Amino acid sequence: MEELFTSAVIVGIFWATLRIATPLLLAALGELVCESSGILNLSLEGTMTMGAFAGFYVANETGSILAGLVAAGLGGAFLSLIMALMTVTAKVNQVVAGLALNILGLGLAFFWYRSIYEAEGSIDIPTVDTMEAPWEFFPIPWLTILALVMVPVVWVFLYRTKYGLELRSVGHNPEACDMRGVGIISRQYVAVVFGGVMAGLAGSFLSLGSTGLFFPDIISGRGWIALAIVIFGNWRATWVLVGSLLFGFLEATQLALQASDVDLPYQLLLALPFVLTIVALVFNRSRSNVPLSLTIPYHRGER
Amino acid sequence: MTETILAVDRVTKRFPGVIANDAVTVDIRRGEIHCVLGENGAGKTTLADVLYGVYRPDEGTVTLNGEPLELHTPRDAIAAGIGMVHQHFELVPPMSVVENVVIGTSASQWLDLSEVRDRLNEFFHNYDVEIDPDAEVGRLSVGEQQWVEIFKTLYFGVEVLILDEPTAVLTPQGVQELFRILRRMRDEGLTIILITHKLKEVMELSDRVTVLRLGKVVGTVNTADVQMRDLAQMMVGREVLFQFDKERSDPGEPVLEVDGIHLPSVTGRGSLKGLSLTVCAGEVVGLAGVSGNGQNALFDALVGVEKPSSGDIRIGGVDTAELSANRIAQLGMASVPADRIAQGLLMDFKVKENLVLGRHRSNTFSRGGLLNRGAIDGFASKSIEGFDIRTPSASQSTRTLSGGNLQKVIMARELSGEPKLLVAHQPTRGLDISASEYVRRRLLEERDRGAAVLLMSEDLDEIFQLSDRIAVIYDGRIVSETTPEQADLESLGLSMAGADSVDVGSAS
Repeated sequence: MEELFTSAVIVGIFWATLRIATPLLLAALGELVCESSGILNLSLEGTMTMGAFAGFYVANETGSILAGLVAAGLGGAFLSLIMALMTVTAKVNQVVAGLALNILGLGLAFFWYRSIYEAEGSIDIPTVDTMEAPWEFFPIPWLTILALVMVPVVWVFLYRTKYGLELRSVGHNPEACDMRGVGIISRQYVAVVFGGVMAGLAGSFLSLGSTGLFFPDIISGRGWIALAIVIFGNWRATWVLVGSLLFGFLEATQLALQASDVDLPYQLLLALPFVLTIVALVFNRSRSNVPLSLTIPYHRGER
Repeated sequence: MTETILAVDRVTKRFPGVIANDAVTVDIRRGEIHCVLGENGAGKTTLADVLYGVYRPDEGTVTLNGEPLELHTPRDAIAAGIGMVHQHFELVPPMSVVENVVIGTSASQWLDLSEVRDRLNEFFHNYDVEIDPDAEVGRLSVGEQQWVEIFKTLYFGVEVLILDEPTAVLTPQGVQELFRILRRMRDEGLTIILITHKLKEVMELSDRVTVLRLGKVVGTVNTADVQMRDLAQMMVGREVLFQFDKERSDPGEPVLEVDGIHLPSVTGRGSLKGLSLTVCAGEVVGLAGVSGNGQNALFDALVGVEKPSSGDIRIGGVDTAELSANRIAQLGMASVPADRIAQGLLMDFKVKENLVLGRHRSNTFSRGGLLNRGAIDGFASKSIEGFDIRTPSASQSTRTLSGGNLQKVIMARELSGEPKLLVAHQPTRGLDISASEYVRRRLLEERDRGAAVLLMSEDLDEIFQLSDRIAVIYDGRIVSETTPEQADLESLGLSMAGADSVDVGSAS
């Protein structure tokens, strides 16, 4: 056990926590804004895969990581725009639309990847340079800093601007907003597309930030964890940060455990985040901040 | 006083299959309280929604201060100076009063709530209302929420305020308070349009009244020139009986005995805290109270979908603690739930299916586990005739029926077994005069047949009309008991507001 508490291991776990938390935080913050407007976007996994692929493809073609990031954001925006068209404009059931888009995102990324890189029969999987760390004392990619900066930005947007207040109001009671002349559709589009861009960036962190690779299974469930973090965080930006770091920390510790020969089943730590989410749900039940109209489509004049 | 501020000229609004407003012409004068009176379905709310930009009229024009109004959304109406408080509040419950007010205003994008807070405090102070501007709206009482709604509207500086059935949720004292302040606002120059189907309110508050029936204007009159009876006749199109000739009751044995039941509620509001009540055969006990004081919990406990944590319920002497809702019904209990759509009916099922719902397993309607269609059809056509249910056929989807007919379906089903005990929760809520009359007459017939009737209602007139005894529920207990002969509206209102609860609490 002692070998876990050497300073090298502890410092390692610290940086790994931030690294692992970054895509979770980006995606969860985007989903927080999206859900605040009353739209549940279940397609995070597919959107992140799309972002990871778009980022990788463009960075590989242009050699520019920045161009890759822009592409990742656009890829996420593209999928979420379809989500908004289906749920906000066509008022399709949000769960159905989200699950369908999830499959679409995963499928498209996989299809393009194979048709572009594997069709030629090449087994030479391309790689790109990964994002640099900004400073020597901060040895992880600079997208992490953006993710951390987005926490206060999202918080100020949601709680200190009138647009944010109205966006949250739409998520609670769209009819009240409609009667006050607040544009529901525009706010929901903004929220859904913002969530898509953030999910796209989150996905690109995995391809451009850490591995320099793309493979179809690259997200491997992180989209679903981001959805759980929003619930764990009780729809508040600060607690979404706490949740992302906690999930990151548990994962990092679990990896360190596997690397050491400490006799503690790492599966326990893997399962812990989900146990914590359930515990948080139970505790927050009476003062849940869940948007009251989440998943309920709004039809004007229906009473 | 005679200057016209808002003129509605031959406005027609059609919905598929109905003409909600048929060439409606009304002129509203500056600084008056103008009531729009009519039964449900008369087109009052449609007219208000046209004035507020929710609907656009198919024909006709609306002019404000002589200028034609072209309203596409409520925002246009607000900008033109017309505000509306809906019957169902348009509030965001998890947010504070200030935040609710700021939504949709032209305040700057960087939220500075202090100015709004100051104006709110000034307004509340001005009208002697005590509300904390930073309180969460969902935790305010309905009366307070209504204040927030009214202020929200006035914050825009509107000239015309439309109120849609504002008193439905208030206690008698709350109504008086509201009227006092509405009169003051009128005297300060505000023009108020009040939509209602309550004649008393029209008589008490309005300067002029326009009566609508079936989408058409019957007439506009000065309130001072008419009697309540005249307005009723205009509204219904025939003479209305305000009093039932009710014979004195002759109560028999106790049928329902409720003894000190406690039932905590999930939300903390409306739990039962030691409620005791007896209803005897052949009497109507009216349970008066403001909603949210335990009526829902009591109904659930009586029906058997919730079990009290302590105390007993006996029906005909049988303890119901261990019985399922179905078994309790078999003891001879019938129930009319408050929310007829959510709790009373399956809206997508056929009328005849709803007519046997709950009794579909009995030998009358099923044979060897299969439904007996012949018996069901026979029973349905008999019920439709007997209760005058207006439906094209027994196989019609229940969803297409009007509110009054929905209630008749429930009544027909519940009364068919000649129950020993009938629990009716808000049986006439939302029904128009004719349908209400019918339901009330049926309740009295049940009493005369010898059933014990528990009537839970927020409509005090109904309680006075029908009850042989009146009990007041407040905070999960019965706080006072009286008879219609002894009671007066004021003391009953005070009980409903909890004025007696201290005395009773210390005495028991």
